[in-house]
Amino acid sequence: MQQFANPRRFLRLVDLVEPWAWAVTVILFAIGLYLSLVVAPQDYQQGETVRIMFVHVPAAWIALLAYLDMAIASAVAIIFRHPLADLAAKAAAPIGACFTFLALATGSLWGKPMWGTWWVWDARLTSMFVLFLLYLGYIAIWHAIDDPGRAARIAAIVALVGCINLPIIKFSVDWWNTLHQPASVLRIGGPTLHPAILTPLLVMGAAYLALFVTLHLTAIRAEIMARRLRQMELARADEV
Amino acid sequence: MFFPLPIAYCLLPTAYCLLPIAYCLLPIAYCLLPTAYCPTMELQISDLACIRGGRQVFAGLSLRADGGSLTLLRGANGAGKTSLLRLIAGIAEPDRGRIALLGGDAALTLSQQCHFIGDRDATKLHLTVAENLRFWGAFLDGGDLDRALDSFGLKALANLQAAVLSSGQRRRLALSRLALVARPLWLLDEPTVGLDAASRDRLAALMAAHLATGGIIIAATHVELGLAGIELRLGEALVREVAAQ
Amino acid sequence: MTALTAVIARDLKLALRQGGGAGIALGFFLTVLVLIPLGIGPDVALLARIAPGTLWIALLLAVLLSADRIFEPDHDDGSLEIMTLGPVPLELIVLAKAAAHWLVTALPMAIAAPFLGLLLNLSPTLFLPLGLAMLLASLALSLLASLVAAVTVGLQRGGLLLSILTLPLYVPALIFGVAASAGGDALSGSRPAALLILLALVLLALVIAPFAGAAALRAHLR
Repeated sequence: MQQFANPRRFLRLVDLVEPWAWAVTVILFAIGLYLSLVVAPQDYQQGETVRIMFVHVPAAWIALLAYLDMAIASAVAIIFRHPLADLAAKAAAPIGACFTFLALATGSLWGKPMWGTWWVWDARLTSMFVLFLLYLGYIAIWHAIDDPGRAARIAAIVALVGCINLPIIKFSVDWWNTLHQPASVLRIGGPTLHPAILTPLLVMGAAYLALFVTLHLTAIRAEIMARRLRQMELARADEV
Repeated sequence: MFFPLPIAYCLLPTAYCLLPIAYCLLPIAYCLLPTAYCPTMELQISDLACIRGGRQVFAGLSLRADGGSLTLLRGANGAGKTSLLRLIAGIAEPDRGRIALLGGDAALTLSQQCHFIGDRDATKLHLTVAENLRFWGAFLDGGDLDRALDSFGLKALANLQAAVLSSGQRRRLALSRLALVARPLWLLDEPTVGLDAASRDRLAALMAAHLATGGIIIAATHVELGLAGIELRLGEALVREVAAQ
Repeated sequence: MTALTAVIARDLKLALRQGGGAGIALGFFLTVLVLIPLGIGPDVALLARIAPGTLWIALLLAVLLSADRIFEPDHDDGSLEIMTLGPVPLELIVLAKAAAHWLVTALPMAIAAPFLGLLLNLSPTLFLPLGLAMLLASLALSLLASLVAAVTVGLQRGGLLLSILTLPLYVPALIFGVAASAGGDALSGSRPAALLILLALVLLALVIAPFAGAAALRAHLR
C-alpha cells in the first residue's frame, strides 16, 4: 500500500490495469445480462418484471459497498495519513451516489407492478434513501470547504460518522415487519434462492463490482490530475 | 608545631571537591525561587514546515528562544507570522518538525503553558469586562482579576458590558488576559493594533516585567516597543539582534 | 471541573442575555404547530393522530435551527482558539457546549411539547410517554447537533449543510421517538423497547459526538 502512496506509481498502475478492468466488466455484463434476461426463468407471480431484480439488487449491494469503501479510505486517511486515501474516498462518493439512485429508481419501477405503489416509507427503503442523503452530504462537504487539506479531514469525519447507518440498513429488515422482502442472499443459513435465479444474480453482482472498481480507479486518476492542476496554478500565482 | 599543616593539607582537597557541588546546587536554587521561572527554560523549534491551502507557507524553520528573551517576528503579509504563532501555541498542527518547551512544567502541554493573543479579541460582547475576565480566569485555571484589571487600567470599566467599549478598550481587555493568569510563554500577534500610546507603553512595561522574570515572548509586530530582542524575518530567513531604542 | 462548569455557565448567561437560543426555538416550535392545522384542516381526530409525529418533527427542526449557534460565535470571535489552550481537552469542551445547548434549547422544548400538543388535540394519555421520550431523545439531538455544528463551523451556507448532514443522524431518533410516544405503531415494537433503543442512541451519541466533534474542530482550527 505504501508503495502506491506516490501518485506517479499509482497512475502507472491504473494505466496498466484500466483496459483489462474494462474488458472484464464488459464480459461479465454480457454474461450476466444474457443469464438474467434470457436464461433465468419467469417468476410464477410476477412474470417478466422479476428481471428488474437482476439490475436492482446488485446496484443496492454496490451502493452499500461503495460507502464501506469510502469509510475505510477515510479511516486510512485519518490514521495513516496516506496521501491518496482521501482522494479515493472523494472519488468513490459520486459513484456510490449514482448506484444508490439506480437502486432506488429501479426499486421504485419494480415496486409499482409488484406492490402497487411507487414508494413506501418502510425500513429498507427509508435507510437506502438516507444513505443517498449521506452521499450528498459528503459530496457537499468537499465543495463547501476551500482548503483541500481541511476538506479532506472534515469529509473523513463525516464519512465515518455516517457509517453508523450501514448496519441499520442491513438489519433493518430483520428488526421490522415491512413490505420489503427479507434478506435472501446474505443471511445466516445460506441463500434461499433457487440456483437458477441465484447464479445470474451473482454474475450481475460481480459485473457491478467490476464496473465500480473500474470507475473508481478512473475517478481517482481524475482526482490526482485535478490536484496536480491546482498545484500548477498555485505555483503559477506564486511566480507573479 | 607542624601539626596544623597536615590537617590543612587534608582539608584543601575536600574544599576543592565541595566547590563543584556548590556550583551544581546554584541552578537548583534558582529554579526553586518562587517568583521566577527557571531561567533554563527554552523554546525549541526544529525544522518546522507549514502548508496552508496547498501552498507551502514556510519550511525548515528552526528557532531557539531562551527564558527572558524576546523574539520579534517580521515579514510581509502572508509570510506566515500568524501561522507560526498558531503552530507554537498548538492551535494548529505542524506539517513537519518539532516544537518543545524545555524546562517548563512536565505535567502540562505546551498549549497549557502559553498565552496566545491573536487578531481577534476572544471577548463576549454581552458579558461585562469583569465577567469576561472571570470566565477566562476560571477556564485557564487561575486568575488574578484585580491584577488583570489594573494592568491596562480597566478597573473603572469593570462592570460595563463589552459591547459599549471602544475597539481600543476591547483590545486592552484582550491583552489583560496576559496579566490574569501567569504563563511562561507569550505569543502575541500584532498586539498593538488599536492601542493608544499610553496603552502601548503599558504593554511594553508588562512585557519587560515578564521577560525579567524569565518568561519567553514571541511577538509579531512592526511597532517599536523599546525592548531589546532578536528579529526573525520570515520569508527572508534573516535573524539579527535588535537593540532597545 | 471548574473549567467545564465555567463554559456551561457562560453559555447559559449569554443565552439569557442575548435571548437567541430558547426564545427563537420555542417561537419556531409554535410556528410549526400553528401552521400544521391550518394546512391540513381542522379535522380534530386527524390532528390527534398526527400530533405525536408533528411534535417530534417540530422538536427536531427547532433544535436544528439553533444548532449553528453552538460553535459559530466562539469561532468568530476567537474564543475557540483560546479554549484549546486550557487544561480541558477539546472533547470535553464539545460535551460542555452540547450540555449548554441542551439546557437552553432542547430541554425546555421537550418539557413544553406535551402541553403545546394540546393545540393539536394530543390525547392526555400520551403526555407522559411523549414527555419522557422527548426528554431522553433531546439529549441525543443536542449531542448530534453539536457534532454536526462542529463539522460545519465557519462554512458559508453552513446552516443548509448542517441540515443535510444532521438529517440521516436524526432519522433513528425520530423513528424510535415516535414509537416510544405513540405506541402501537406498525413501524416498531412496544413502547419500553423503543425507549430502551432511544437510550442506546443517547449513549452512542455521547461517545461519538465529543470525539468526532473535537476532531472536526481541530481540523477547522488548522
